[in-house]
Parts: sequence; C-alpha cells; structure tokens
Amino acid sequence: MTTTNKRGFAQEVWDFFCSLKLSIFLLIGLALVSIIGTVIQQGPQREYLATLSETKIRLYSALGFFDMYHSWWFILLLYLLTLNLICCSIKRLPRVWKVVSEPVLVMDDNFEKSLANVKDLKLKGSKEELKERMAAFLRTEFAAPVITESNGEYHLFAQKSPWCRLGVYVVHLSIIVIFIGALIGSFAGYKAYTNIPEGGSVSQVQTQSGKMIPLGFDVRCEKFSVSFYDTGAPKEFRSVLTVLENGQPVPGFQNRPIIVNDPLTYKGITFYQSSYGQSDEGSLYHITVRDRKGGAPVKLNARQGERVALPGGAFLSVMEATMDVRPFMRGFDGPGAQVEFTPAGGNPQPFVILSDKYESFNAQHGGDLLITFDGMDQKFYTGLQVAHDPGVWVVWFGCFLMVVGICMAFFMSHKRVWARVTDSGVTLGGSASKNPAGFEICFDDLVEKLGKA
Amino acid sequence: MSSSMLFNVTMVIYMVSTCIFFAFLASRTKAVGLAGTYAALFGFLVQTAAIGLRWKESYDQGHGHAPLSNLFESVVFFSWTIVLIFLIIDFKYKYRAIGFFVIPFALFGMAWAQLGLDSGIEPLVPALQSNWLMYHVITCFLGYAAFAVACGISIMYLIRESMEKGGGNAQAGGLLSMFPSIRILDDLNYKAIMIGFPLLSLGIITGAAWANYAWGTYWSWDPKETWSLIVWFVYAAFLHARITRGWVGRRAAILSVIGFAATIFCYLGVNLFLSGLHSYGK
Repeated sequence: MTTTNKRGFAQEVWDFFCSLKLSIFLLIGLALVSIIGTVIQQGPQREYLATLSETKIRLYSALGFFDMYHSWWFILLLYLLTLNLICCSIKRLPRVWKVVSEPVLVMDDNFEKSLANVKDLKLKGSKEELKERMAAFLRTEFAAPVITESNGEYHLFAQKSPWCRLGVYVVHLSIIVIFIGALIGSFAGYKAYTNIPEGGSVSQVQTQSGKMIPLGFDVRCEKFSVSFYDTGAPKEFRSVLTVLENGQPVPGFQNRPIIVNDPLTYKGITFYQSSYGQSDEGSLYHITVRDRKGGAPVKLNARQGERVALPGGAFLSVMEATMDVRPFMRGFDGPGAQVEFTPAGGNPQPFVILSDKYESFNAQHGGDLLITFDGMDQKFYTGLQVAHDPGVWVVWFGCFLMVVGICMAFFMSHKRVWARVTDSGVTLGGSASKNPAGFEICFDDLVEKLGKA
Repeated sequence: MSSSMLFNVTMVIYMVSTCIFFAFLASRTKAVGLAGTYAALFGFLVQTAAIGLRWKESYDQGHGHAPLSNLFESVVFFSWTIVLIFLIIDFKYKYRAIGFFVIPFALFGMAWAQLGLDSGIEPLVPALQSNWLMYHVITCFLGYAAFAVACGISIMYLIRESMEKGGGNAQAGGLLSMFPSIRILDDLNYKAIMIGFPLLSLGIITGAAWANYAWGTYWSWDPKETWSLIVWFVYAAFLHARITRGWVGRRAAILSVIGFAATIFCYLGVNLFLSGLHSYGK
C-alpha cells in the first residue's frame, strides 16, 4: 500500500507542476510582485533611505525589497515558472508530436464525424482514375498527398505546415534559452565602470560590487568633447579612445571615436559612453583685468579655487567655469566663469563673468576693475560603462526563437485535408488547428475547384 | 499649412467619428456604421499626413528625426496606431459597434496631446540618436494599440454580458442590438491580443537590444522595463487562461481590461510617478 501512496504522491506533485492553473498563478503572481521593485527604490540612495522609517527599512531589507529582482523568493518564482513550463511541455509535447509525425492517413466514418468540414462529391470515373485526378489536384491546389489503400477504397491525405503546432514549445524553449543566457552572463560576465581623464589610461575597471578587474590591455582616452544644441540640450558626447597592448597602440583601435549608441568592442569587452566630467587637475582659466580709469589690460591665469592677486589689492578666485554658457544662461553664449571677487579690504562677492563680447554685463561688478573671462584650457574625464557578457548571444538566440515560435503559434495553422475515393465519387474532409472560419473558406474554395475540374 | 493644424483637424474628425458610431448604435442603420468607419479612415489619413508633415518640419528646423521622440509625439503616434489596428479589425470583421468603444481612445489621445502637451519639435539628445528608437517605439505602440482595441472589445463584452443577465428584453432593443454576440466579442478580444502580444514581445526585445547596444545591459530592471514585463506576464496569463476551463468569457475580458490598465501605467504612469531611463527627453 505504501508504494501506491508514494506513487500517488509523486503523481500529485507531477500533476501540480503540469497544471495550467499553476502557470496562470505564477504569471499573475510574478506580475504582482514585480510591482514592488518599481515602487521601492532598488539599490537605494541614502537620501531615499532617510525618507523611510526604521521599521520599514528593517522590514524591507529582511524581505529583500531593496534588491528585489535578485532576492531568493523572486528567483524561486522564476525557477518555478521554468519548472512549470518544462513539465507542461514534457506532458503535452509527445501527443502533439504524434499528430505531427504520425498523421491519421485514413478518414473512417468515426473520424469523419469529428471533422467540421466534410463534403461528398459525385464524380464520374473509376476509383483508379479518380485517385490519380485527386492526387494531381491536391498536389497543385493544396499539398502533395499520401495515398493509402484500405477496404477497397483509396484514402488520400495532405497537410500544410504541421510543424506550426510546435510553436508553443518553441516559445517555451526560448524562455529557457534566455534564462540560460542570463545565467551565463551573471556567472561569466561583469558590468563595470571607469573614469579616464584626457590623456590618461586604465588597465583595470571596477565592477558594481567594487571588485577591480584587469582588462588585459590598456585603454587611453585621447580626447573628450561635448557639444550642445542652441537650446542648451546636449547634442553629442564623444570620447576618442586608443587600445594599447604592451604600451603599443593596436592597429584599427587607435583614435577610435565612441559616442552614446556607438560603443567600442575589443576582445569581447565593450566600452560605452556613459558620462563625463571636468577633470580635477589640469584646467587653467584665462582672465583679463582692466582698470576702468584706463591703463593696459592685464592677462592672468588661474587654477580652480586659487586666489589670484589683482591690480589694486583685490583678489579673485574662479569657482567653476564652462566653455559654453548656453545650457546655464539663456540668451548668452561663449565661455563663462563663476568667480568670487574680494575687493581690497572688503567682503567676498560671488558673480559670473563672461567673455569680452558682453562688456556691459561684466561691467556690473568688480568695482574699479573690469574683469572678463577669456576661456580655459579644459580637461575632461570620460565615464565609460564597461561590459563583458558572453551570454548575450544566447539571449539573442532565445529572443529569435521566441519571435519565431510566437509567429508559428499565432499566425500559422496546421491544415489537413482527407479524401476518400470510391467508385461513386469522393468524400473530402478537412480540419485546421486554428482559425476555423478562415479554413472553411479555404475548404469551400477547394470543393468548388474540384467540382469544376 | 502646419502639422499642428492638421492634428486639430484629425481630433475633430475622430470626434465626429465617435458621434457617428453613437448614432449607429442608436439608429441601428448599417449605412451609419459604415459612415463612422469612413470618418475614422479619413481621420487616419489626415493624421498620417500630419505626422509626415511634422517629420518634414523637423528637417526644416535642422533636427531631422522621426516624430517619435517626446511625449506629445508618442501620444499622437499611439492614437494613430489605435486607429490603424481598429481599421484592420473593422475591415476584416465589420463589427462597426466596436468603433464607439475604440475611437474615443484615439480621440482622447489627440485631445490630450493638442490641448495639454508641449508640441515643440526638440532635437534628439544623445541617448535617443539611434535607429533602434524607431524599431522600438513602432513595435511597442502597435502592441499597446492592439491592447487598447482588446480593452474596448472587453468593455463591450462586460456591458453586453451584464445586460443579458439583467433581463432578456434588453437584448431585443436598445443600443445593445448592434453589439456582436458575446461569443464573437470573446473571440475578437483574443484575436486583438494575438496581434498585440507578438508586437509587445518584439518591442521588449528591440528595447533590450537597444539598451545592450547603448549601455551594455539588455535588462536592468528599470521601472519601465519591469512594467513592460508585468504587461507581458498579464497577457501571457491571458493566453494560457484561454485554454483552461472556466477562464474564457467574463474572466478573460476582465484580464484584458487589467492588461490594458497595466499597459497605460507602463506607458504613462511610470513616467509620471516613478523614475527611470524613459523620460521622453525631459
């Protein structure tokens, strides 16, 4: 008795994983829990955490809500879905495979009754003649038939696109392939980030978890530039990169421009334009100071934050500057700098100075002095996203399978036609796996053509 | 003539079309229903011209990009795709009453775009300068539109079903008589989702391909990505429910309405309430 119980239990488990109800429950469940991670910030910033109460933070971390899509229970749901679709496929595929590989060749009376489309035609001629005629007819109008002789009658069977019945299983397989690709990526690949100042180079990059990964070669940033539209919106971020092996530039990877949406790949590692900033070291600001009462203009150079002595005992320091003020000040262009001006014996005054094109603007500040900003020798750093993902082609293959499978399952139909040939005529039967109304038109058309032939 | 004028004309035509479809339900005259479809077709052609003109205008301004880049353009395109999917289903199955439940979605979109959104043509920011933009947006919105049509049909299903339950006499007269039978509505709902689901899948795949090409990650659980997956899960559940006993009809219709609500949240809610990569250039 224990064996039957065991078997009963195993059967129950099997039935549980084969059930469509479980699929629907898992799909809707995944849809519902996925919402959590879109509402609660993932990998939360400190500012966000400050808005939450102590209890909430403790609860959310215990439930894995701050990295929900990698939490054990979310992954478990994905595994359950995978198991469910594998079991469903194993259970149903053999039956479908039988329909595809071992078609019913003979339409007997019982089978005829199960068909939606049946038509008796009175045709002249012996059954041998009719058989030949029918075979030729089906070959030109539908598909090449298989002929079987049974009980003194000829049976013809022809079918179109039987394999489209497998579409559903192709989609199921595609999901497993995509998961495999994702797993390969997560175990054998990495996502990293690096900042390279203009003229500088890197040989290793830092992953999201803080691990340093050696590239096996060097990447040098020759130049970074950013351009803007008239509206001030960014137009292009461009880094010029060179790949170096043992300090020598690699042919074909020298001075390669990369922009957003046009990355550089070398030895399976791809570099994506991601961000930029002004390099801390290097920028030199050029300023011209002129006494309003007359006298020759004085040209000065300053580094960021450096207090520069001006004629007449005042001081000036440049806080920040740009070569293009359009994004920050509507109606102005050219270089501009945020400065702090300290008149002799006075308090520091912050203001903005622009190029000599805007003399009256610059004249608003500076006391006896007229200060203009001439520009800067600016150094940027480029921020690059670095990715190595050997699983990505597996994922694309899975996506391709999914599209093919969905098209097979949704837009194609397995159409079958049977013909029973006797001396008194032909009985035609037909069925389709999908779109019965569409097949009816196709079947009636076939019958009409046969009547005329 | 400017594209903005043509968009206004489109909006008026969709309003007229909606009114004609209402008249069709009230009068039960076939010719009126046909007039509603022709009005929708005319509006669709005007809107196509308007979108083409806006595309040309962007070249005249020196930007030169397909009008699919900001919220205004996407709402206009969404209403265009809704009418396109409606017309395909209408010409194939000729159930004119559906127009009254679908064209208002397009009308609402056009009205919101024209009255409430900034219609300026902006140049493309670096992240959007890619051919993937077109493939991604077109597939996604055609999918969304098919779901909108499915939602309209499901609402008809739910109305008709509850009226029939309420009393047999409602079926004999009134607005209901022009509705297809609930069996046909159930089937049409399924057919519309069969159009939408492959397109949504393609939209998610093209989005993943683009993200991989631009950032090196095909999937980063960004709220927009996650919500598109939620929508995919809901419709996948719908498709599996079809072959399970007890999930056809009313429950399928409700699932279809929920699916469209999730679609709208994916399209708009994510941008209004959550943060992420899809900011429509804002």
